[in-house]
Amino acid sequence: MKPPPFAYQRAFSAADAVARLAEAGDEAKLLAGGQSLVPMLAFRLVRPTVLIDLKPVEELSYLRVDDDGALWVGALTPHRGLESIEPRLIARGHRLLPEAARWVGHAPIRARGTFAGSLAHADPSAEWCLMCVLLDADLTVLGPAGSRVVPAREFFRGYLTTDLAADEMIVEARLPATGPAVALEEVARRHGDFALASAAVALDVDGAGICQGARIALGGVAEVPMRAGVAEAGLTGHPLDQEAIREAAALATRDLEPLPNAGVSGDYRRRLTRVLVERALSTARERARKDGGDG
Amino acid sequence: MDESLEQLIALRVNGVRHEVVVPPRRTLSDVLRHDLGLTGTHVGCEHGICGACTVIVDGAAVRSCLLLAVQVEDCEIETVEGLAGPDGEPNALQRAFHENRAQQCGFCTPGFLMLAEAAIRERGSMTEEEVTDLLASNVCRCTGYDAILAAVNQVMKERR
Repeated sequence: MKPPPFAYQRAFSAADAVARLAEAGDEAKLLAGGQSLVPMLAFRLVRPTVLIDLKPVEELSYLRVDDDGALWVGALTPHRGLESIEPRLIARGHRLLPEAARWVGHAPIRARGTFAGSLAHADPSAEWCLMCVLLDADLTVLGPAGSRVVPAREFFRGYLTTDLAADEMIVEARLPATGPAVALEEVARRHGDFALASAAVALDVDGAGICQGARIALGGVAEVPMRAGVAEAGLTGHPLDQEAIREAAALATRDLEPLPNAGVSGDYRRRLTRVLVERALSTARERARKDGGDG
Repeated sequence: MDESLEQLIALRVNGVRHEVVVPPRRTLSDVLRHDLGLTGTHVGCEHGICGACTVIVDGAAVRSCLLLAVQVEDCEIETVEGLAGPDGEPNALQRAFHENRAQQCGFCTPGFLMLAEAAIRERGSMTEEEVTDLLASNVCRCTGYDAILAAVNQVMKERR
């Protein structure tokens, strides 16, 4: 179908966008790349009275690294900006980001869709939502009264639901660097489709092969991307052998109750997630062995 | 003025500037077809799944059904009508499609052409695996993918 009628405005800065949101009221929506919002309009799943186009706000498209090695991603950075991230950033603890970017839709979607647009849409199977939860990213949110910082794990509140007030917008995200022992595994019906399940891990492994810290994030199998805290704790302090990996994967997915989706049962998706966690942990372990020296 | 009412916008399509009066909700694909009469761009699913409506905006292949025309003012827009030379001579990609019989009903063809054209220009040459990954973006409902892959791979090979 065609989108329903709406009024169209352009914002010329983040502050301008927030002021316009406040003035327009609850039924206004920000338009970034539109790769989630325009299909929602076409399906008439949303009917905003006003769309505020952020395209002129060019200063919000950037990647920069701070002294701690963390990557700051401007809200309007397109997916392809992270897909083609500079090699020096990959070497400095951000190798998982271009890998994740390649799972986001297809090339034409990645050319227009934006990083924070995906976060604000908050699909639980979205790669950037998963990455932010995995990496304990901090999101900077601007409202009429000023800005605040929201940890990613508090940002996602439910299916397509976030901590954003109606007159707030994400302006940037801070993604801490990781060691080399990271991995993302995902399965979709076709490449570019929404994930049936995804699993991302980031491990700290010492020279003796002992896991000194583990982060495991699961996407698409609950209302929000989630961390598997019990499994993370179970891995920490132990050698990363096959048995430990199998156990962690089982523990991480034991209490999942995914809904049936795209013709597969919830039980299938739970078992699939277990396999994906296992694979991701194995890949991360291999990377620790191979690249551990320069991590 | 009620801003949901029609707006005057200027679009550059295939190097020609057009002024059109459109409501903000009108997608780029509809403006190309209905307002400008450029019916080479086809509209399949209207929600960004099939890729039939792919055009090139500022050098990148994008889905014109997922863009509002008001979003692409001041952008360089290219459609399938702009691929051939000034004398109507097909370009290298179009010739490769012809030689490989890379169309059956032809509905998806303009989208595949624009998708591949943007990639050829941007990346120069691609491996067969990269071509397969790229073309997975669009749907050919006749399932004639092998010939489309062959055509695009032929162009990539010519460029290596």
